[in-house]
Amino acid sequence: MTAPPSLTTLFAGVFAVLIAASIIGAALKFGVARGTPHGVIDNLNARIKAWWVMVIALGIAFLGGKIGVIMLFAFVSFTALREFLSLTYTRRGDHTVLLLVFFLTLPLQYFLIGIEWYGLYTILIPVYAFLVLPIFAALSSDTTRFLERAAKVQWGLMICVYCISHIPALLTLDIPGYRGYNLLLLAFLILIVQSSDVLQYVWGKLLGKRKIAPELSPSKTVEGFVGGVLSASALGAALWWVTPFTAWQAAAIALIINLMGFFGGLVMSAIKRDRGVKDWGSMIEGHGGMLDRIDSLTFAAPVYFHIIRFWWVP
Amino acid sequence: MLAQAIHLVRPELQKLTGSLICGFARVLTGVRAIWQGCSPKAVQRVYFANHSSHGDFVLIWASLPADLRMITRPVAGSDYWLKGPIRRFLINDVFRAVLIDREKKDATEDPVAMMASALAAGDSLIIFPEGTRNMTDTLLPFKSGIFHLTRAYPNAEFVPVWIENINRVMPKGVLIPVPLLCSVTFGEPMMPSPEETKQAFLDRARAALIALAPPAA
Repeated sequence: MTAPPSLTTLFAGVFAVLIAASIIGAALKFGVARGTPHGVIDNLNARIKAWWVMVIALGIAFLGGKIGVIMLFAFVSFTALREFLSLTYTRRGDHTVLLLVFFLTLPLQYFLIGIEWYGLYTILIPVYAFLVLPIFAALSSDTTRFLERAAKVQWGLMICVYCISHIPALLTLDIPGYRGYNLLLLAFLILIVQSSDVLQYVWGKLLGKRKIAPELSPSKTVEGFVGGVLSASALGAALWWVTPFTAWQAAAIALIINLMGFFGGLVMSAIKRDRGVKDWGSMIEGHGGMLDRIDSLTFAAPVYFHIIRFWWVP
Repeated sequence: MLAQAIHLVRPELQKLTGSLICGFARVLTGVRAIWQGCSPKAVQRVYFANHSSHGDFVLIWASLPADLRMITRPVAGSDYWLKGPIRRFLINDVFRAVLIDREKKDATEDPVAMMASALAAGDSLIIFPEGTRNMTDTLLPFKSGIFHLTRAYPNAEFVPVWIENINRVMPKGVLIPVPLLCSVTFGEPMMPSPEETKQAFLDRARAALIALAPPAA
């Protein structure tokens, strides 16, 4: 797959923003903090550095075409699921179930996306994993907190594998007049939803006053939410030319995925609070774990996929 | 000729196997070392940890910097580890364990004396004071060996080490491990005071280890 020119432009734009952010980060470090340790500034710089790594990883995956993208998101699913299940209560009797989850269900889901078998990859986890996994849990004859264990494993699979796999599945959509450009659909989704996260953070730091759900997430404010979602949706409208959408359609779709992303982050925060942890993991410096970084994408991806599939694929 | 060749590659094979096992453990468990009560320094130490899986000392090993790993030996039960050539190679050549006999009561060699002589040779040790792999949810009472070791070799730092989650990665009796995140927390070094009784020290050491555990799910 050769990269369409608009994809190169998009990446160039992202690199320009990252270079600017790195310069600002360095200026803050030496201007304000005078090279000494400073909580907020050091965290900002760690986040910028992690963004470089993530954008470069995405770029390399894009160069690898469909296989590259599938491998990248299979890896993302693996690390996210490992974070999720590490914080979930399981017992000795769940060992077989966990083996089936990691070494059968996850690779199979991505394989089915690779061979573009839509009819099976949309039901593999909601139907077959849902029915088969509890059978193996039951065969271990350990009934302690049985329903809770079965339900949580299923939930982890839905979020970390099923939802995330809808990102590479965008490559399988056959849109008339858009053939060969599907990587741009992915780039649009990831760029808009992640910008919304960053812009919510920026608006919240600048103007944030009224907290939306203080017991869930102290950093989420009404000002950050409105400012972030609206500005990221405006960015989506401005980028309509890389998509098969018109400017208004791009704005509406960006708004929907940003709202899904915001509420996805809220739901995932609720789970973290319930488990008494601040982050899902410690894999990405400054951000926490993989799930902390992609929680909004997990909720946005399937909705985005089905909007496009319903209205743009004949 | 062949014997010589084996002799030549053997140290390399030992090192390579050690690195491979540690690398595999890291990829699978993303193990995170949390140096809470001390730092990874080359001082002589006895790390004492909770024991629920054969992955335990591999995980401690994998969380130590390479130079410390070379001078840190696990203490393991010979009744299990001397069965079969692969186990023997791993425990003797790769992990360089101090093997003690847990079954014979009137053992020819006193386990505490064996551990003390390994310490006297300059190495650090990893011990599991529960004495066996623990299948319950609470830490077992400590065997008295650790107390006698503090008396036999008071120069070492005794460091509590909590290993989190490895019992879920590889519980007793399974062949294939599942990938779950693990962490290894190193606590503050401790010693019995001169007037402290054996039981008081064992209880205090056990409490210090439990204090490192994250809250239960």
